[in-house]
This record gives sequence, C-alpha cells and structure tokens, in this order.
Amino acid sequence: MMAVSLAHYLTVSAILLVLGVFGIFLNRKNVIVILMSVELMLLAVNLNLVAFSAALNDLTGQVFTMFILTVAAAEAAIGLAIVVIYFRNRGTIEVEDISTLKG
Amino acid sequence: MNWTLALPEIVLALSGLAILGVGVLPRRDTYDASCMATIGAFILTGALVLGSPEGTAFGGQIVSDAFTRFMKLFTLGGAALALLLSLEWNRAEGIARFEYPVLVLFATLGMLVMISANDLMSLYMGLELLSLSLYVLASFDRDNARSAEAGLKYFVLGALSSGLMLYGMSLVYGFAGTTNFDRLADAMATPANVSSGVIVGMVFMIAGFTFKVAAVPFHMWTPDVYEGAPSSVVAYFATATKVGAIAVIVRVMAGPFGSLADQWQQVLMLSSLASMVLGAFAALRQENIKRLMAYSWISHTGFVMMGLAAGGDAGLRGVILYTPIYLLMSLGAFAVIVAMRRQGRAVETVGDLAGLARTDLGMAVWMAIFMFSMAGIPPLAGFFAKVFVFKAAIDAGLWTLAVVGVLASVVSAFYYLRIVKVMFFDEPAGALDVRPTGASFVMASTGLFNALFFLWPAPLVAAAQAAAAALLG
Repeated sequence: MMAVSLAHYLTVSAILLVLGVFGIFLNRKNVIVILMSVELMLLAVNLNLVAFSAALNDLTGQVFTMFILTVAAAEAAIGLAIVVIYFRNRGTIEVEDISTLKG
Repeated sequence: MNWTLALPEIVLALSGLAILGVGVLPRRDTYDASCMATIGAFILTGALVLGSPEGTAFGGQIVSDAFTRFMKLFTLGGAALALLLSLEWNRAEGIARFEYPVLVLFATLGMLVMISANDLMSLYMGLELLSLSLYVLASFDRDNARSAEAGLKYFVLGALSSGLMLYGMSLVYGFAGTTNFDRLADAMATPANVSSGVIVGMVFMIAGFTFKVAAVPFHMWTPDVYEGAPSSVVAYFATATKVGAIAVIVRVMAGPFGSLADQWQQVLMLSSLASMVLGAFAALRQENIKRLMAYSWISHTGFVMMGLAAGGDAGLRGVILYTPIYLLMSLGAFAVIVAMRRQGRAVETVGDLAGLARTDLGMAVWMAIFMFSMAGIPPLAGFFAKVFVFKAAIDAGLWTLAVVGVLASVVSAFYYLRIVKVMFFDEPAGALDVRPTGASFVMASTGLFNALFFLWPAPLVAAAQAAAAALLG
C-alpha cells in the first residue's frame, strides 16, 4: 500500500483551492454557493497548514489552523447576514441580478 | 516579555467593549455620546502610541518601532477625522446607530494589530478584524439596496482575496518553516532556502495585498463599493484603511521578503504601471464623484507601488511620505463630498458642484486645493508626495515607470481640473445646504495642511526617513 506523503496532501489542498476559486467565478446561480466556495478555500488552507505542521514537526501550523477556523466561522456569519439584508432589499440572491452598481 | 508594547491596542480594545456595553444598556439614543467616546479613545490611543517603547513582544508576534508609530498615528488620526465627518451625515441619513462608531473602532484596532504584526498569524488576525468590520460598515445602510449590494460585493471579493493570501501564507510557512518575520528574513537571506514554494506563496500573498490596497488587477471592487456604500463609510474606507493597507504591504515586502526583491519587483512594477494607467483613463468618464475618487485612488496606488518597487531607503521613504499626504488630501475631498446635500438629500455627481464658487466660495476654494493637490501641482502637498516617489524610481533606474507615471498624472489632471472648472465657471445648479460643522473643520484643517506643507516639510520628511530606516534596520 502506498504511504500518504506531504505531496498528496498538497495536491488535494491545491485541488480544493482551485475548486473554491472556480466556484466563485463560474457560478451563475446564487450567492450561497459562493459562501460555500469561500469555506472550501479556507479548508484547503487548513489542510495545507496541518500537513506542513506534521511534516515539519512544528506546532505553529496547527495553532494557525485554529485561528483560521474561528475567523471562518465569523466570516460565514457576517456573509449570511449580508445576504439576508440583500434579499430583504431585492427579493433575490441570484448572482446575475447583482449588477445595479457598474460603470 | 514586554506586554506594554501592545498597550495601545489593549486600551483601544477595552474602550471598544466599554462603548459597546454602554450602547446596549439604556433605551436612550447614545449615538452622539458613543461617537465622541470613540474619538476620545482614538486620541488616548494615539498618545499611548507616541510614548510606546520599541522592541518585539508576545514571542515575536508583534513589533513596535518608528515605522509602526508613524503609521499608527496617521491611522488613528484619519479614523478620528473620518468619524467626525460621519457624525451629522449618518444622522441625516437615518443610520445614526451606536454600532457605527464601535465598528469603526474595531476596524481601526484591526489595522493597529496589522501594522504592528511581526508574524503571519498576527498579520492575518488583524487583517480579518479590519475586513470583517468593513464588510458590515459597507452594508450599514441596510434598508438601501445599493448599500447592501456594495456590502455583498465587498464581502465576496474580500473573502476570495483573504483566501488567496492565506494559501500563500501556508506555502511560505511550509517551505520556509516559520511564520515569524525576523526568522523568515534570516532564512530568505540564504539563497539555498529560497525554494519555488516560497516564491509561489509570496506571489499569492502579494495578490491578497494588492486587493487590500486596490491595485490592478484586484481593483474591481473599489468603484462599486465606493458608489454603493454610505458616503460616511467611504470617507473612512478611502482614508484610514489605506494607511493600514500600505503599511502592511511595505512591512512584508521590506521585512521578511526584503532579500527577494528581484522576485517581487517585477510583479509590483506591472501592477503599478497598470494601476496608474487604468486609474487615469477610467476616471475620465465618471460622473459620480465617489466613483471618480475610487479611480483616483487606483491611480494613486500605482504611484505608491512605484515607490515600493524602487525599494531601498529612498523608495520606502517616498511611500511612507505618500501615505499621510494622500490621507489628508482624500479626507479633505471627502469632507466636501459629505457636505454635498441639497434640500436634505445627499447628492453625489460632479454636476451638483456646478457654480459652487458663487454659492459657497469657502468650500469651493478648499475643494480646489484638494483637487490641485491630488493632481500634483506645486506647491501643494501632493506635489511633494509625487516628487519623492518619482525621484526614487529614477534613481533606481525604473525609467519606464517614471515616464508612464508622469503621463498618467497629466491625464488624471484633466478630471481633477474639470471639477475645479465646474465649480468656478459653470452656472450654479442651486445652492447646497449649510455645511455641517464637522465637515468644515476637516476641510479647513486638511486644506491648510495641503496648502502650507511646503513651508515646513522637514518634520514629516524626517519622521518618514526614520520610519524607513527602522524598516531596513
């Protein structure tokens, strides 16, 4: 059986990051999917940090991960709050409708 | 461990909590009281910053030196003046809620943490405290669809940029083995430690920083957010937060990545070139004055990046000097924008300033000073800001950047001068309402600074020099 090395973790987290970025840019449906994509990106970073932390035998990466987890929770709460006030004003959260401001 | 290095941040955080506590208790309107308490907290923190000792604390997480003192003082001053501008504006727009000053306070606290960060972790925490408060501030006028849209756009793009920056930080940590700036700088000084992983991580981090300073190619949120968010919030966005953003990119590029200058110089040069050109041309056809200021900032950020790309003592001094001068021009211009109100309704197109010289000569003269200063016309302060940056770029051999910068300045002079022409030579569009006291105070103080800076530039230049020396030392 093949051992899981650092390179495997880095590959998975790079794939997760790219999925997150594409989820933000290629998504035409609604904003909730964007919030999920943002979380995906942060999780990719967490995976990276924990893998490095184990490989380097150094705790800093895991401490950093704890901070990112808490910030991600706060970020999701604020994001949802903004989506709620947006929906109250416009009655929709479709990405294509978010275009009042341009020029 | 010397915890007194963090005393300004601790005091500001505690006063924020106290103001929040007082704000929720009674049923009465506490908006004015909490605004005044916040401005008081800024002044107190500023005094503590002035007297703070130098060194690093909390296991190398934070640092205090001449550079952090300089940047923190201007951040706090900018935040206090911006809050003064929003006092009466928020009242008139019906968004005079006590959470507003508290959010401004926590955003400013985030900036202070970010400026004194000496580790990727404290940098990230400060940055997120700033960003999360700003997302809420942008959508603060919650019953207004435009404000909600500005908040939503800012949130999505801000979260994307934080994610990219974090990914870069994780790569830097993994390949360099540390998150501490001093240890990173030591590691990067040995070419054998500079792996491609570190370079890729650094470029991701630069992408995140260019978003925060609104440089091309991550500038696209700026005009929309400036236009949609309440003017009082934009006055804060466009002034104090820029100081924090510039401080952090300067610290990271000159500190931990100082010896990788060959690698990042080209990235910053490209970004600077594109920002100057795009900012100058895109602003030409803007009618909305807040949008125009957004493109104007994008163009100015190009000049800041030019100084940073030039690097060295002179380049950093140029950038460090540019920051407070831009802060004080932009605050003045936003004082005028906040005072633009006709029959109780806020107006925000260039046309609404028509004939201002005949209805309110004082405000027209101040606005003309800010516009001339932004265009870089001597002897106003904006001219000196540009001279230092251009000189550093030419001395560093970056001729292309300097030449494009001068041409971009000429193009952008067109729209600054158009505002002056509209104010002084067009038929009046009807008188504006009497301007609020706070706005008059900010206009007069920043206007005097811009007009009289050339008489006594030595103290500010010397302080910028000391700050640059602290960064490189």
